[in-house]
Amino acid sequence: MSELISHSQEELAALFRAELLTGVGRSVRHESAAKHASGEALYIDDRLEFPNQLHVYARLSERAHARIVRIDSAPCYAVPGVAIVITSADVPGKLDIGPVFPGDPLLADGNVQYLGQPVLAVAADSLDNARRAALAAIVEYEDLEPVLTVDEALRRRQFVLDSHSQRRGDAAAALAEAPHRLAGNLRIGGQEHFYLETQIASVLPTEDGGMLVHSSTQHPSEVQKLVAAVLGVPLNKVEVDMRRMGGGFGGKETQAAAPACLCAVIARLTGRPTKMRLPRNEDMRITGKRHPFQVEYEVGFDDDGRLHGVHIQLAANCGYSPDLSGAIVDRAMFHADNAYYLGDALVEGHRCKTNLASNTAFRGFGGPQGMLAIEEIMDAIARHLGKDPLAVRKLNYYGKTERNLTHYHQTVEHNLLEEMTAELEASCEYAARREEIRTFNARSPVLKKGLALTPVKFGISFTSSFLNQAGALVHVYTDGSIHLNHGGTEMGQGLNTKVAQVVAEVFQVDVSRIQISPANTGKVPNTSPTAASSGADLNGKAAKEAAQTIRQRLVEFAARHWQVSAEDVQFKNGQVRIRDRYLSFEELVRAAYVGQVSLSSTGFYRTPKIYYDRTQARGRPFYYYAFGMACAQVLVDTLTGEYRLLRADILHDVGASLNPAIDIGQVEGGFVQGMGWLTCEELVWDDKGRLLTAGPASYKIPTVADVPADLRVKLLENRRNPEDTVFHSKAVGEPPFMLGISVWCAIKDAVASLADYRLQPAIDAPATPERVLWGVEQMKRLQQPQGAVHEYAGEST
Amino acid sequence: MIQFLLNRELRSESALDPNLTVLRYLREHLRRTGTKEGCNSGDCGACTVVVGELVAEDGRERLRYRSLNACLTFVAALHGKQLLVVEDLEQRGRLHAVQQAVVDRHASQCGFCTPGVVMSLFALQKNADGPNRERACEALAGNLCRCTGYRPILAAAEQACGAPEPDQFDAAEAETVAALKAIVRGGTELAGNDRRCLLPASVDELATLYTAYPEARLLAGGTDLALEVTQQHRALPLTIHLGGIEELKRLTPGSEAIEIGAATPLADCQAALAAEYPDFGALLKRFASLQIRNQGTLGGNIGNASPIGDTPPLLIALGARLLLRKGETSRTLALEDFFLDYKVTALESGEFIEKILVPRARLGQAFRAYKLSKRLDDDISAVCAAFNLLIEDGRVREARIAFGGMAAIPRRATACERALLGQPFEAAVIERACTALAGDFDPLGDFRASREYRLLAAQNLLRKAFLELHAPALPTRVTDHV
Repeated sequence: MSELISHSQEELAALFRAELLTGVGRSVRHESAAKHASGEALYIDDRLEFPNQLHVYARLSERAHARIVRIDSAPCYAVPGVAIVITSADVPGKLDIGPVFPGDPLLADGNVQYLGQPVLAVAADSLDNARRAALAAIVEYEDLEPVLTVDEALRRRQFVLDSHSQRRGDAAAALAEAPHRLAGNLRIGGQEHFYLETQIASVLPTEDGGMLVHSSTQHPSEVQKLVAAVLGVPLNKVEVDMRRMGGGFGGKETQAAAPACLCAVIARLTGRPTKMRLPRNEDMRITGKRHPFQVEYEVGFDDDGRLHGVHIQLAANCGYSPDLSGAIVDRAMFHADNAYYLGDALVEGHRCKTNLASNTAFRGFGGPQGMLAIEEIMDAIARHLGKDPLAVRKLNYYGKTERNLTHYHQTVEHNLLEEMTAELEASCEYAARREEIRTFNARSPVLKKGLALTPVKFGISFTSSFLNQAGALVHVYTDGSIHLNHGGTEMGQGLNTKVAQVVAEVFQVDVSRIQISPANTGKVPNTSPTAASSGADLNGKAAKEAAQTIRQRLVEFAARHWQVSAEDVQFKNGQVRIRDRYLSFEELVRAAYVGQVSLSSTGFYRTPKIYYDRTQARGRPFYYYAFGMACAQVLVDTLTGEYRLLRADILHDVGASLNPAIDIGQVEGGFVQGMGWLTCEELVWDDKGRLLTAGPASYKIPTVADVPADLRVKLLENRRNPEDTVFHSKAVGEPPFMLGISVWCAIKDAVASLADYRLQPAIDAPATPERVLWGVEQMKRLQQPQGAVHEYAGEST
Repeated sequence: MIQFLLNRELRSESALDPNLTVLRYLREHLRRTGTKEGCNSGDCGACTVVVGELVAEDGRERLRYRSLNACLTFVAALHGKQLLVVEDLEQRGRLHAVQQAVVDRHASQCGFCTPGVVMSLFALQKNADGPNRERACEALAGNLCRCTGYRPILAAAEQACGAPEPDQFDAAEAETVAALKAIVRGGTELAGNDRRCLLPASVDELATLYTAYPEARLLAGGTDLALEVTQQHRALPLTIHLGGIEELKRLTPGSEAIEIGAATPLADCQAALAAEYPDFGALLKRFASLQIRNQGTLGGNIGNASPIGDTPPLLIALGARLLLRKGETSRTLALEDFFLDYKVTALESGEFIEKILVPRARLGQAFRAYKLSKRLDDDISAVCAAFNLLIEDGRVREARIAFGGMAAIPRRATACERALLGQPFEAAVIERACTALAGDFDPLGDFRASREYRLLAAQNLLRKAFLELHAPALPTRVTDHV
């Protein structure tokens, strides 16, 4: 690329006629794939350390709720290599690093609010020394009464933020008049992110009182803001740089900030480069997780199973502070309809305050919990009426022209539910397998099969509308190579690859010409977090704008220079045709440079059409919806509660895919992560508020054998996003997570077979083998009130 | 001094802290940061490396490659071996075939688990004869990936194991074998930071050392011992490393019993035990990850005396015996008499397990074993059960039933056994035995399972064993569906 190879006009014309192979819609490999595989990809902990490097370790609270009576850090200094010990009093600027609402002191201030809260931090020449010193500090507490459960918080009406409701029509009247009425409840467990790279930041003090911050964060601008705040300096003194994360999943949206802020404070006080990497168990104790929810519902419906009205109460266990719980519970409420027209609906959301780590964003952002509630209701209706759950689901789908208004008064447009269900139902042979399963179950006393097909309708946009904006920066250098920067962060989802494809498409050059650079607050300022599945939608559009600006300048230059009209200048596959003359892209760039044309541009994008009035709980919070379907078949052991997922069929809607390979990776990864949330991943705390499952020895995320041998994943074809998104693609980060609900419903289906599908087993999430076995016992009890529970063991012989 | 090959470079280390793990050695001492720390407890596989060691096969010595968790491996365990890490695979700017397969199949997303995945795939490729989903799942069970959902990683395994071309390691095998043979075993030690690790080369040498230093900790696979250092941050001032003692790694199928050297890795026990007792083999496949089984030993699983160790209930049910050695003297002890109380064993000071004697299967003997956990692979049992029954003429002639996870030690269910002995093998008797079983144990409830679940599941496992023996055609195990 550096040297200009001269080609004949014929050769250039032939290249011009060929297709660009790395533009949008192509399965271009992840930009870092080879580096991942070779071990060359650098994560923050892999960066070369400075000779005077400091390592930070935080001493964590041993109490869930207590007043700090005394902190004596003198013993820490007896450990060799200790540079400094800090408590809340040592923070030079603002102590509170709450991202939206206050409530998150960087270090405990006067009292501790959860077991695992950082109380003091030690910086030493090694992590070992910092740890030894931190554990040597004397911290005395006076216990206060902790609140550890949603039940208790609800009883005390102890909330981190006010409760909120969304309504359409008169739910109470609809419930009173409905032919059938059911009430129930459901407990939904939380989920540890288990990003493979734990939280980490590395901070270097610079001149003018500034800081260069390397942070594994989904939100560099917020880290910049909070580092500036704890130091008491303006934002322009802080530069945050983020090349890649070893996974994020929402866990590094707000909660990456604390390590960066601690490092910055220590770097300021010592003048030394400072790094903080959380050991796995500390990471799991300190940071928040997916919110556990408690659901209470009442539902009214007719003989067919059609909803007349619902009243759904969603109560989230937020932990000790608001963090993002306001928006997370809102999103749970927005998705309490999933794919269904609820009839007259009242959806209430409570944000319960407990003495646990502050729960935070996690892929789906409350949506999964809201959707699980309504899917439970669909199953309960089906069992009550003796119908196939899929029939009840389809009956309640949003219509295309009527029954298409959500309970927050957004019209569901471009609804793909019916056609996608029809396609998947046919391709996965739902009806035939339903029959096959009935036959199998009738003959199999111990093992029972279950089947479920569940839909996903997920709203795309940040529900805080102002966050739907992004910036990008593109430079074209004189050799035709391109430097690309955008406000999004790469956490594995392939965002950099997709945005590079967008720029490649605009310039019609191969992606290998495009160098992606780390997200950096000095290049693109005031960015939104890479969250809400919005990364490619927002940053892709912004980068497209930037690239188009430069391309337009090139076109105008060429038209001027070669005396042609703008329409005569066309870019294709690395070449440019100027009426009947062919140039390589770099030749045009070189000519434009000599012609004194600016080859650098920013780009900016904001999502159109969206608005939301929270006081009225009405509006259009979502630009569009993404749809998906999954059908899961499981096998359950009624003696032990163990189960296996035997087969999964998935059809998912990504509009016109920017990169099918990457999108399928998101669909499969999301599905398995969602399945993990609802099956093997269980968080357990003791009655003192201590997390007992604080490491991978006790907290089990899915492994390779949990993925079914028969996994059939397909992207919906020929369905461009009707909205004007980047090349008419759709967001794909979060929606597939909720495909995992099919597995949970299939397990319950297998258990329900024990009572001829007439009873809905009370199996909370996650459906661990133990919970499944209790569901089995419940079915047997209800089915045979006085018979021996284990009779069949003898009968089968 | 320890000596090992770092790929092809001979490293001699005499002043390393023996409590140093290979992971920290790589990342902090050598600044080779391709190998990642994901958990530092052997549960995620991000730090997977491959170790090549000499094995005798058909009269000649060749290299065998195995995956290990670098975070659980102390540097002394490298003595006499070849260490391969992710940076070693690329050659002259070209990715190795397993790396290329990962790239081609879109098998990395965030990339943090990828170096470990690559090394597990490398070991799989070296040991597999063609693509095989079951073996790929086994090789990857200890590699957590939070992004991909694993399907593309399995596709990469299939590509990499399809028709592997000889690579630079094959080309250098003779040279590597020669270099490893030149390293002197035995009689050596590693000392640094006021800590010592002794590396005897024979059982006699071990017996002498352990008599002289009964306070030393025996380091076999170290997969549990290492956690004291990496998780509890305790020092191990004196360890005796057993990995260099070939006699302790021998497996001899005798006419009465299979004799297994105490330091035989679990991976090496699998085939022999599976041939004798298929359920033992099936359980070993779920015994932690392959990385752990490559390193962890049968003697270690017993000597560790955990109430939730998975082999002791099976071995107790089978009537296994231990050959114990102290100084010059030896004795044998039934395994069921070995466990005295929580983490307390019958071992005397300076005494160690030399061999495990597992009786051969007899005609008419029925052996069934089950492991219950939240996750299929690499999880700790909530309940582990083993039923060893001899049924003749429809009656239970012998019954040895043992459980793990039900008490402070793995032990027999004696009341349950009594309820079965001499009785007809039928449902009503099984129900009575279930009632008796409830009196045998008073389990704890914890985050793995409640007390009630453990009791009911234990009873149901007896019912399941009965069903399987009574109606063998009946499908009873979801674990068959992987």
